[in-house]
This record gives sequence, structure tokens and C-alpha cells, in this order.
Amino acid sequence: MFRMQKRGEMPKTKIVAIRILAIILALVAAAFIILLLKLNPVDVYIAMVKGAFGSVYRVKEVIIKTIPLVVTSLGIAIAFKMQFWNIGGEGQICMGAFLASYVALNYPDLPKPLLISIMILASIIGGGLWATVPAYFKAKWRTNETIITLMMNYIALKWIQYLQYGPWKDPKAMGFPKIPHFTDNAILPDLFGVHIGWVFALVLTVLIYIFLNYTKKGFEIAVLGESENTAAYAGINIKRTIITAIFLSGGLCGLTGMIQASALHNTLSVEVSGGVGFTAIITTWLSALKPFVIVIVSLLFAALVQGGSFIQTAFGIPQAAAQLLQGMILFFVLGSEFFIRYKLVWNKSFQSISKKE
Amino acid sequence: MKKTVSILLIMCMFLALALTGCGQEEKAPGENAEADNSAVKVGFVYVGPASDGGWTTSHDVARKQLENNLNIDTLYKESVPEGPECEKVINDLIDQGCNVIFSTSFGFMDYTLNAAKAHPDVKFMHCSGYMTNENMGAYFGRIYQARYLSGIAAGMKTKTDKIGYVAAYEIPEVLRGINAFTLGVRSVNPDATVHVKWTHTWIDAAKAKDAAVALLAEDCDVITQHQDAPGPQIAAEEKGVWSIGYNMDMKDVAPKAYITAPVWNWGPYYEKQVKAIMDGTWKAENYWGGMEDGIVDLAPLTENAPEGAKEAIEKVKAEIIDGSFKVFSGPIKGQAGEIRVAEGETLTDEELTSMDWFVEGVVGNPKQ
Repeated sequence: MFRMQKRGEMPKTKIVAIRILAIILALVAAAFIILLLKLNPVDVYIAMVKGAFGSVYRVKEVIIKTIPLVVTSLGIAIAFKMQFWNIGGEGQICMGAFLASYVALNYPDLPKPLLISIMILASIIGGGLWATVPAYFKAKWRTNETIITLMMNYIALKWIQYLQYGPWKDPKAMGFPKIPHFTDNAILPDLFGVHIGWVFALVLTVLIYIFLNYTKKGFEIAVLGESENTAAYAGINIKRTIITAIFLSGGLCGLTGMIQASALHNTLSVEVSGGVGFTAIITTWLSALKPFVIVIVSLLFAALVQGGSFIQTAFGIPQAAAQLLQGMILFFVLGSEFFIRYKLVWNKSFQSISKKE
Repeated sequence: MKKTVSILLIMCMFLALALTGCGQEEKAPGENAEADNSAVKVGFVYVGPASDGGWTTSHDVARKQLENNLNIDTLYKESVPEGPECEKVINDLIDQGCNVIFSTSFGFMDYTLNAAKAHPDVKFMHCSGYMTNENMGAYFGRIYQARYLSGIAAGMKTKTDKIGYVAAYEIPEVLRGINAFTLGVRSVNPDATVHVKWTHTWIDAAKAKDAAVALLAEDCDVITQHQDAPGPQIAAEEKGVWSIGYNMDMKDVAPKAYITAPVWNWGPYYEKQVKAIMDGTWKAENYWGGMEDGIVDLAPLTENAPEGAKEAIEKVKAEIIDGSFKVFSGPIKGQAGEIRVAEGETLTDEELTSMDWFVEGVVGNPKQ
């Protein structure tokens, strides 16, 4: 039957062609669903783009959605570069937000610059330490980091839930489970109409680019990712490199938690991560771990989400249908990656074997 | 190599943007009202899916009535989490031309208030909370009156003298409903107890059903709910016992179990409010109407109802409507048997909206 065969280098033009085809196929396939909803697909697609970029407000909303994706993707990119599959962004976001919120709720009257600086530091430590646990296990006992980071997400989420329903519950909320709001001192300021997180995201993009490409540590991470033996032979301290890189990776995810809790939610809640930790895996992968590409892919992804949300209200279609459209577009785009790396070959030897029998 | 993905996606976006340019004449339906400034366009923020068959559907029915009877445009966003996302959704709706916003869940309150302060020219109506602003009204109904009546049916129906109550959150609204229901139950069956299970969700029908299954395993033979969707009704139907719904007539969900349900009728109130906004006479109010206004009612009893229930309920219902009977009039005892409301006294609205205790006969914990 068919067999997958790894492709060699493919000409750029062919790669582009495959991707264009993927997007066209995605739009065509999604069009059938839209037709089932008795709507005109062209109208819906146009509305999706307008919903994402049609007004200053909408562009701002897209940027607000882009920020956490960029910061988290940068963090995940560091881990992935080392071929350490950090699926724990979600939990690291939560723990970063948790420590930042601890500071915000307990020292609400500190001067704003000081309080925010401490919150940032706390969030990086929170997310970083949470990620260091699986990193240590991997370095010490070669445990599978995918499973451990994934499982630790649920521990972190339940921990936030426990705080929200228990010790941190706002006594003034008449029994409704929510954590009190931060004071104004703990809330990130705006710059040009969008909270200052966008500056963090851009600065971090440059920093991580330099770190991964032009520093010794960045080089060590890359070498270790390609081959542990080479790394050992080159005299790289493997354990220390793993732990440093993953602390950074988790720390960036934790920073996302602080940005979301402070600027957007103004408090801590179980929704603080909002799936960003998982979505960022997709954006990181699509960006081939390249920091500047991460910014662009995150922006497009945020636009897809914002546009999807817009058509939902604009056309009165169910949320599930809007998400289905988003999912289909993503499916085709990710699917095209497969065809760029592999090709399907008709397996002749298999045929001849079956004939003989 | 994967850089090209992004380049391609950008190209695609530009292509789409170019398409937008061509079709500029036709506006997306979400933007019709922008042309006419005087037009009212109402946006709804729902906590669950519009088709949940309960709470959110009851609001969506009223939304459609608004569209038909007042000939205005409405938008809605469903399944909005009770958190900061709510504020973003409100901003989105305003961006899409809405100038009146209804947000229909308790947890939307703070975020609706934030949005109201940020958009002084938009009118806001928040359901089931207590915060108001110059441009934000609060509204709700005395559903506890209908719960009391449904309690009469449940109290007469139960054979095990144990009634299960699947409840969402430990907030005054829910506690008040449980208390009113229990008072209704014990007005006809002083031995019966009401067993409460908390789900900590309004909308998760599967979780609500699980809670009902657990109550049924504890020998309850009538199940009622303070949940948006009819999950607990299905649990009762499957077990072959009885159920009392909530929000809407749930007869079709559990034809063999369902007896009746306290129901919402938001349509007339929504029409009145939006008309007032259109006339320019609208003022933010804190509205809490009862059965006399028709905003709450008890759904018709089915053949599953116990004998004599109809007459007993009709009698009390008439007294509630003419004001001669108040659900929370003393003597009322608390869970430990202590007097909470003395004979001749009635709880004030303030006491009702901050209720944090259970009446005698409720088995459960009113605090977390």
C-alpha cells in the first residue's frame, strides 16, 4: 500500500505551492460547513478578516491576544530547541500568575514600579521553578518530560482553583468564588492604547533571538538538542544546560501569567492561562522555533481567533461552528507540514508480496 | 524553511483584505445598525449555549421576541466564561454596533460594571446581581416564589421523604431558592428533607447529571435543580423517579419524570426596557419582580404531578399574587432548629439578597 518516505530538500517554490494549496483546501472545506449553516462562505471569510482588522479597536484586540502567545511561544521555543518537549506552558503560566498574584494581593500598597517589578520577578521564578521539576527529573533520571510537564498542568490548574474556591476567595463576593481584584498599583500600564505587555513581547523576541543564535548558552542548547553525545564530547555540562534552559522556558511562560493576570484579568482566576500554553505549542512549531517568525505567526493566530469570535456574533452562528472553522483552517495548515517533510509512495514491494501469496 | 508558512499566511490575509475592498458595499450583518445612529441595537452576553434548553434559552427566547416585536437588531455571544473575557465580549459587541447590553449571569456583574463605566453612552442591564450605575440597571425575578410552589408538588410526591437538589454556587440567589423550595416542601410534608449537592458550575450539564445520580443513590426520589441545563431531569428519568425542572418547561426532556418547573418569562420586561430606551425615558433601576408581574411563573403541572397538588398550588399562588402570603414570613427555623425569622416578621429584600444560611430541613452546607 502507501508508505511514508522522508523527503530530501525541497525547492522553496514547491513548499510555497503546498502551503497555498493547504490554505485553499481549508477554505474550500470550511465553505461546505458554512453552506450547511445557510450562509455565504465568501461573506463569512470577508467578515472574519474585517472582524480581525476592520477597526482600530479590533486590531488592538488582536494585539492583546498576540502578546501572551508570543511570550509563551518564545519560552516553548527554547525548550523545543533542546528537543525538550515542554507541554507544560499552561501550568507554568498558572504558577507564574500565582506567585505574581501573591505579591499583588499581599503588598498592594507598594509603589507601582516597585510592585510591578517584584511581580515580574515572582512570575518568572514561579513559572521557572515549576518547569525545573520535570527538567531536574529528566537530567537526573531521564524521565519523559512530555508526560510530566503535561500532568503538572493539571496540578497547577487545580491549585489555582483551590485558591479561588478556598483561601483566596473574595469575602465581599457574597459567596461567589472569585479572588479579589488587584489594586491599581499592580496593574500594567497602557502604552499607545494597548497594555505594555506588547513592549515586553517585542523586547523579549529580540533578546531570545540573540540568546539562541549568538550566545554560548544558546549554542549549547542547540547542540544538546541535536545530539547529547556530541554535547558531552564537546564538554557541555548537560544537566546544568537542561535545567538553565528549562528554567528560562518556564520563566517566560510564568511571565505570560503575570501579564495576563495583571493587565487583562486584574486578578487571578482559573481562566488565567486560557489555553495559551497549548496554543503556543502550535504557534512555536509553525514558526520553526524562530523568534521573529513567532511574532508573525502569533499575530495571525490571534487574528484567526478574533475573526472567529466576530463572525459568531455577526452571523449568529453557534460558538461550536465558529471553532470548527478555526480548527479546520489549522488542521490543513498543520497537515501541509506533513507533506512538506514526507511523501506518500506506492509501495511496490508490498504489492509484489501480496501477489505471491 | 517554515518561515514561508508565515509569509504565505500573510499573503492569504492580504488577499482576503483585497477581497474585502471589493465587497465594501455589502456590510456584514453585524454592522447594519451603524448607519442609523438613532437605532437601538441590543447585544446579549450568555453564560451558556443559546440552545442549552434552560437558563440561556429562556433569555434567547426573549431576545427573539425583542427582534420580532420591536423590529430591532440584536446580537448575542454565547458560552462566555464568568471572568474578564466577559468585558472583552461586551467591548466586541459595542464595536459591532450595540448600544444596549444585557449580560445574563451573576459572574458577569463586575465586568459589566467596568464596561458601563468605560462606555457612558451605552445602556447596560445585568441579570441577577446587585451592582448598578447611572447607565447600568440590575434586574431579576422572585423565582423563589415559584420554587416554593414547586416545593409543594415535590413534598406531596416524595415517598422516601428525601428530595435531591442539584445546586450551582453558594451565593444568596441559590440559597434563597433552596430555602423557598424547602419551605414549600415542608408546608405539606413536615418530615421531608432536601439534600443539596454543589456542582460549582451553571452550565456543565454532565456534572449536574452526575450530582443528581449521586443524590438518587442516596434514596432521593424527587430531583430538582439550580442549573442552567436539564441534566438532572435526565438522571431522574433514567432512574424512573420524579423531577422538578427550572428555567423552562422541561417536559420534553424527561416526559416520565418531570412534574413542573419554576420558569422565567423575560420577554415583556425586556420589551418594556428597550422601549423606554428608544423613547429616551429609560433610567437605571434595580428591578426585582415577582409572580404578580409575570416575570416568574410555575409551568403547568403534568400528569406526573401528585393528586391534590394543583389545588394546593393554585391557592397559594393566588395568595402570593395578591400579596397576602409571603414565602419568607416567620416562624422560620434555621438548620439547627434555631428561630431565624420570628412569628409575624418577614425577611426584607436586603436580607433576602444577602442570605447565607439554610432553613430547617435542608441537608447540606450553605458555606464553602
